[in-house]
Amino acid sequence: MRAMGAAGVALALGLSACAGGTTPKTDTGSAGSTVKDAFNAGLTTVFNPSEKKGGIIKLADEAAPDTLDPGETYYGYSWDFVRVYGRALTMFKPAPGKASAELVPDLAETLGVASDGGKTWTYKLRKGVKFEDGTVVKAADVKYAVLRSTDKATFPNGPAYFEAMLNMPKGYKGPYKSKGMNTDSAITTPDDSTIVFHLIAPFAGFDYLAQLPQTIPVPEAKDTGAKYKEHVISSGPYMFKTYAADKSYTLVRNPYWDQATDPNRKALPDGYDVQLNVNAEDIDNRLISGDLDVAIAGTGLTAASQSKVLSDPTLKARTDNPTLARLWYTSINPTVKPLDNIDCRKAIEYAMDRTSYQTAYGGAFSGGEIATTILPPMIPGYQKYDLYPAGADNKGDLAKAKESLAKCGQPNGFATNIAYRNERPKEKATAEAFQQALARVGIKLTLKGYAKADYFSSYAGNPPFVKANNLGLALNGWGADWPDGFGFLSQIVDSRVIRETGGSSNTSVRIPEVDKLLDQAVNELDTAKRNAVWGQIDKRVMEEAVIFPGVYAKSLLMRGKNLTNVFVNESLGYYDYMALGKP
Amino acid sequence: MTSPLEVSPTSLVADPEAVLAGAGKIQGRSLGQIAWMRLKRDKVALGGGVVIAFLIATAIFAPWIVDWLGDPPNEFHQNLIDTAGGTLTPIGPRGGMSWDHLMGVEPLNGRDIFSRILYGSRISLLIAFFATLLSVAIGTTMGVVAGFFGGWVDALISRLMDVFLAFPLLVFAIALAGVMPDTAFGIGGDMLRILLLIFIIGFFNWPYIGRIVRGQTLSLREREFVDAARSLGAKNPYLLFRELLPNLMAPILVYSTLLIPTNILFEAALSFLGVGVRAPTATWGGMLSDAVTYYTVPHFMLWPGLAIFVTVLAFNLLGDGLRDALDPRAR
Repeated sequence: MRAMGAAGVALALGLSACAGGTTPKTDTGSAGSTVKDAFNAGLTTVFNPSEKKGGIIKLADEAAPDTLDPGETYYGYSWDFVRVYGRALTMFKPAPGKASAELVPDLAETLGVASDGGKTWTYKLRKGVKFEDGTVVKAADVKYAVLRSTDKATFPNGPAYFEAMLNMPKGYKGPYKSKGMNTDSAITTPDDSTIVFHLIAPFAGFDYLAQLPQTIPVPEAKDTGAKYKEHVISSGPYMFKTYAADKSYTLVRNPYWDQATDPNRKALPDGYDVQLNVNAEDIDNRLISGDLDVAIAGTGLTAASQSKVLSDPTLKARTDNPTLARLWYTSINPTVKPLDNIDCRKAIEYAMDRTSYQTAYGGAFSGGEIATTILPPMIPGYQKYDLYPAGADNKGDLAKAKESLAKCGQPNGFATNIAYRNERPKEKATAEAFQQALARVGIKLTLKGYAKADYFSSYAGNPPFVKANNLGLALNGWGADWPDGFGFLSQIVDSRVIRETGGSSNTSVRIPEVDKLLDQAVNELDTAKRNAVWGQIDKRVMEEAVIFPGVYAKSLLMRGKNLTNVFVNESLGYYDYMALGKP
Repeated sequence: MTSPLEVSPTSLVADPEAVLAGAGKIQGRSLGQIAWMRLKRDKVALGGGVVIAFLIATAIFAPWIVDWLGDPPNEFHQNLIDTAGGTLTPIGPRGGMSWDHLMGVEPLNGRDIFSRILYGSRISLLIAFFATLLSVAIGTTMGVVAGFFGGWVDALISRLMDVFLAFPLLVFAIALAGVMPDTAFGIGGDMLRILLLIFIIGFFNWPYIGRIVRGQTLSLREREFVDAARSLGAKNPYLLFRELLPNLMAPILVYSTLLIPTNILFEAALSFLGVGVRAPTATWGGMLSDAVTYYTVPHFMLWPGLAIFVTVLAFNLLGDGLRDALDPRAR
């Protein structure tokens, strides 16, 4: 699990405050009724519902996806779009609001059946699902897909959950290099429609793993290894027609997809047309004019478009503002003096102006909500609390900060450095905000920008470097691969993931008690008890003041002008691309 | 210009031989006086000069001016930013321009643009001046040596110039600024970055001036006055410093003036690319770079753009005027 870029793996999605307990409306509205645009209309309900088929949905991407290969892709929006051409064993329910948190079977008939205390998971495949060439999807195709995804020499960037959790035979290097090796210790296929996963240790959340694109079946005969991304064999309602690397790709209907086998997809449009490497401002302008339907990267409007859209009520009514399962935070490194003293760290927690943090990230709309915890609200186990109240206006409690400084033995403040990624203007703005806010109590910050590519490996995530260069503070961010405490916390609060050679997102949390709690949670099969432990961990880390939580990320998305069935899939964090229609 | 044998480089008109003290209307004028007279008649160049003097004055007195008219350059004023509406742009018309903030405030953090422009001018001018000084120092030395000695020395230096001219300067600058640690040679912070930029910009620009000086030296060393000095037993150092260098002052002065705006632009480009002086220190290029994301707030881009434009134009006008004044035949 890694923190990806801004367009990365923020998969889980939460609701903003206005999302009540309303049941999402998934049925079709009366045809021909005029739909009124409204801000957040696609957040908890389906905007402009329709059953009408036809049309080509036009999408554009400001960059290019990491890969289209379901076995390797690790971009959050790819995990949304991949469902258009591939069927994993399970999926997040394609519904707006909280309903999307539910896992539903997709290629499988039912959710996984656990046995052996959660060490063995069995799935039965649906009958009659076919690839784009008409061959029937078999359990062996799913097994092959999972096995090939574990070959990290061929697919270096993909998620690595399966090889870590499945009981893989020793020395297995994927089906290309270890051809013919018996892999029944990890996955067995007793018959063509049954697949059984064997884990090393119990893992109650295996259905979350089964929704990864890596379980989308791949026919071995058609697999071309690293080149498979150029023509992925579809098992979903659409298949690739053209593919031009870094330029564009188009999808058309897969004639062998059968609605009877698929309760989740409606397959309304006749196809999808995706342009790559389009200028971000251009994408926004075309979205506004209606020339384009979806900004597929789903990172939200650019700063300039944001100010244009938000100042125009008719344009604002076409936007949705979901909260993501992503936290933008700042590590407070206890390895750097004088931050080895907890009171000096607390002084930072108290002195920072939270509103300036929020503004630096883009304000309440595209920046996020001011955070006081590490877990975002939509992750099970989240508890609302605020250990370091920052005053009524959230601009910091300077009296408390000075008190903490005095306790720390630095009544006049101290000097330290703050690291940020050069390529990220928001982080630079945040670092400047820290500098301004902390100067009020005499803490003098010097800004240190580093290259994004080596930020964790060589600089802010490299403990000796952090110490040698006095990086007291380091801007950071984390999004979970799926909405769950394990996915969110394990990589950022576990001291055992810190590597002396660098590379870890965790740079500041070194609390033995938290490590123990993490182990306790992973082995806890009872969901409620497990979630309670996540909350406990959150609080314990905040007590040590080694993380300054900044904002729970939000994005400002714009609905295409001509689309029907638009809603944000909260678990994915984007519009549900599979459900869209464009009659 | 104290040489008794002072001549203009090309016209060979010697100094008026006798300066008659108190000789009524007939008054001898030195070359400098003649050039100054010509420059005074060139109103455009003079205008450029006045603007430059003004810029230098404001740069030097920036802290006092800002004390009086603005706010500290890095101070946030987020109460002037529309955070409630979410646009994060300055409240009020024309980017929040008011008597408190003469040029308005920046989007996002509300920093005072006026004081940032003033402080930015210090960085721009400082780097441009010293980088030019460095280029001129190296370029003149190398050019004179190459031109005067000729032979293998000239061949070596000329090839060295070719190498430097072929150098991908921008790429190199980005790379060097990127790998530079935060503290080196016992200095750190902005000072180190400024010195680094001076070095990069100055050190790699010397061949331009070097070539011109070499060419001038080549033609000068064959002149009669040099031969005369040599036949009188003058040694090389005397010839170099007393005979040649004074005659090279005019082209050096002209090209220095024209090099400064180039260097200002180069510094702005480096800051724009994020390899200049580090945030939050204000630089014109850095401000432009920040403004790109907020093109809906045109004033944010306007002020630093205007500052660069006016400065570069002023230096160019003055440089052109200076060339005309010092060397009227080059028109």
